[in-house]
Amino acid sequence: MVLRTPRQISWMRFKRNKAAVISGLVALFFILSAFLAPLITKLVGVNPTTTYTKALTQYGMPDGPWGGISLAHPLGVEPGAGRDLLALLLYGSRISFTVALITSVASIGLGMLIGITAGYFRGRVDAVIGRFSDFILAFPSTFMIVALSLPLVQRVEALHVAKDNGARIVVLIIFFVVFGWPGFARLVRSQALSMRERDFVMAAQALGASNWRIITKEILPNLWPTAIVFLSLSLPGFLSAEATFSFLGVGVQAPSATWGLVLSDAVTYWQTDPAYLIIPSAMLVIIVLALNLMGDGVRDALDPKADSR
Amino acid sequence: MLKYVTKRLAYTLIVLVLVSLTVFIIFNFLPIDPARLTCGKSCFPALIEANRHRLGLDVPWWEQWIRFMHGLVAGRNYAEGSAALHCGAPSFGYSFNQHSCVTTIIGQAFPVTFGLAIGSFFLWIVLGVTLGVVAARFKGRLADRLATAFVLIGTSLPTFISGILILLFVALKFNLLNPIEMGMWHSPFTDPFGYFKEFIFPCITLALAYAASYTRFTRSNVIETSSEDFIRTAKAKGLSNKVILRKHTLRAALSPIITIAGLDFAGLLGGAIITEGIFNLPGLGRLSLKAVLIDYDLPVILATTLLAAAFVVVANLLVDIAYAYIDPRVRVG
Repeated sequence: MVLRTPRQISWMRFKRNKAAVISGLVALFFILSAFLAPLITKLVGVNPTTTYTKALTQYGMPDGPWGGISLAHPLGVEPGAGRDLLALLLYGSRISFTVALITSVASIGLGMLIGITAGYFRGRVDAVIGRFSDFILAFPSTFMIVALSLPLVQRVEALHVAKDNGARIVVLIIFFVVFGWPGFARLVRSQALSMRERDFVMAAQALGASNWRIITKEILPNLWPTAIVFLSLSLPGFLSAEATFSFLGVGVQAPSATWGLVLSDAVTYWQTDPAYLIIPSAMLVIIVLALNLMGDGVRDALDPKADSR
Repeated sequence: MLKYVTKRLAYTLIVLVLVSLTVFIIFNFLPIDPARLTCGKSCFPALIEANRHRLGLDVPWWEQWIRFMHGLVAGRNYAEGSAALHCGAPSFGYSFNQHSCVTTIIGQAFPVTFGLAIGSFFLWIVLGVTLGVVAARFKGRLADRLATAFVLIGTSLPTFISGILILLFVALKFNLLNPIEMGMWHSPFTDPFGYFKEFIFPCITLALAYAASYTRFTRSNVIETSSEDFIRTAKAKGLSNKVILRKHTLRAALSPIITIAGLDFAGLLGGAIITEGIFNLPGLGRLSLKAVLIDYDLPVILATTLLAAAFVVVANLLVDIAYAYIDPRVRVG
């Protein structure tokens, strides 16, 4: 009889799920290549700011079929300016991944803190927090982000915290976190509520442990699986949200090039250079799909009772 | 029941007031001067101040809020003398940039948003529930796998990508939509075909994402309900599978879906920014997007934001009341 820790059991379950493993590898590949963007572009011999006018025809369109795909430009070049699409997307995905990761971790942290507080202390504290998160959810988040990002970016710039795209990223992250934490807080609250009735918490209370100790040493460790599942399922959501807002023109702006920005530029070339539209959208869909599949796998592995899809 | 409804009603009113107050405070502390935005390049300080007074922007924010709330109930007058203007109740303010009462502007945009919301609502409910039920009945078989694939793709495809792909590679590629006519208003009564052509693609775009999550939800609900004791009882008394599904399983499995559907529909009534933006539909979503990106038309932005919030809050109230009606336990707790 081999004894296994819960972690080993979960890992075994995840390994057995082929779709999850493959999509995990795909996601890892995308994240690593975003992380290693400077190295990869150097190896290929391209640069995100150089305009390769030689790869364009005299009309400013990519020379050659499929958006000018060649050895020198593996994904082709951008029509008009002639920047290398691979380099653009690699550097753009760094922004997108950073935004998605920071927002996911921050909303989970905030949601965890608030959710535990509500679930552990119950009563009036719980009621106030519950009403407050209802109140936050009453705001139309897309409208608020579209309406407020422009002036708030000016405000952030005036505070000299960050400039241009830095400020836009800061504002986007703040918005995502403000509207992102209530969902996770609710989940944590209900778990903390049931956990505080469990024997091990009662034992700790009987031994005279402080509330702080019970929360950090008894309850928190049991919430990690929930947090990891939520993280892996919210990453793709925030990733496509970032792309959506930069597509709408309220996120990151040129000269940076995230997926959303490249796509909003590509729409104008859809007839003359469809590859320029299809390659970035396919990449975005693949990465979101991979992250979603991996997230489902993580959930099934950590929480087998949860309904599988 | 009456006590519960009054309590919920009062709570909703408080939330609405708080939301409008918050929005007012946020917009008031923005580094943007709405009076400055009322005149273009050839502007001088006296004109800005005159406009500030005419639009009632020269009083503190809380007084502006009181005037706004009063205007909602009783209509509102702007400026005096020959330049006097009146916006009838419910007045959402006056857009200086468009020289029109905001209520009028919203009144033009709302039917478009409503058409989009109701069209996609029907599409996604029919598609999502049907696929979900089929997937649950043939669990683990080919139909279930296809439905799962649809769920994955539907939830992974951001709306703006499915929107541009449908617009460019279906509607425009096959000349199903005329790019010049896009964004024009076709009345469903005088030009039903034009109306249909204008709305079918955005409805499909919007419905795709929702249908995917409804398929997932329906499937898991039906599977869960099928293992309940009352279904076993129904089987034991010899009812056919069809009858069990129709009379017992679906009834129990679909009631939570109705709740979510109500909330989703209300969320769309405020305007679908992305879809309307891509298909150039002149609804509330495009209205606010344009108001932000073109001239930061603050009264319009304020009104659309408040309206979208109000739809969600009121829908929450209606869903809660409906739930209390169906399930008596809610009233007590």
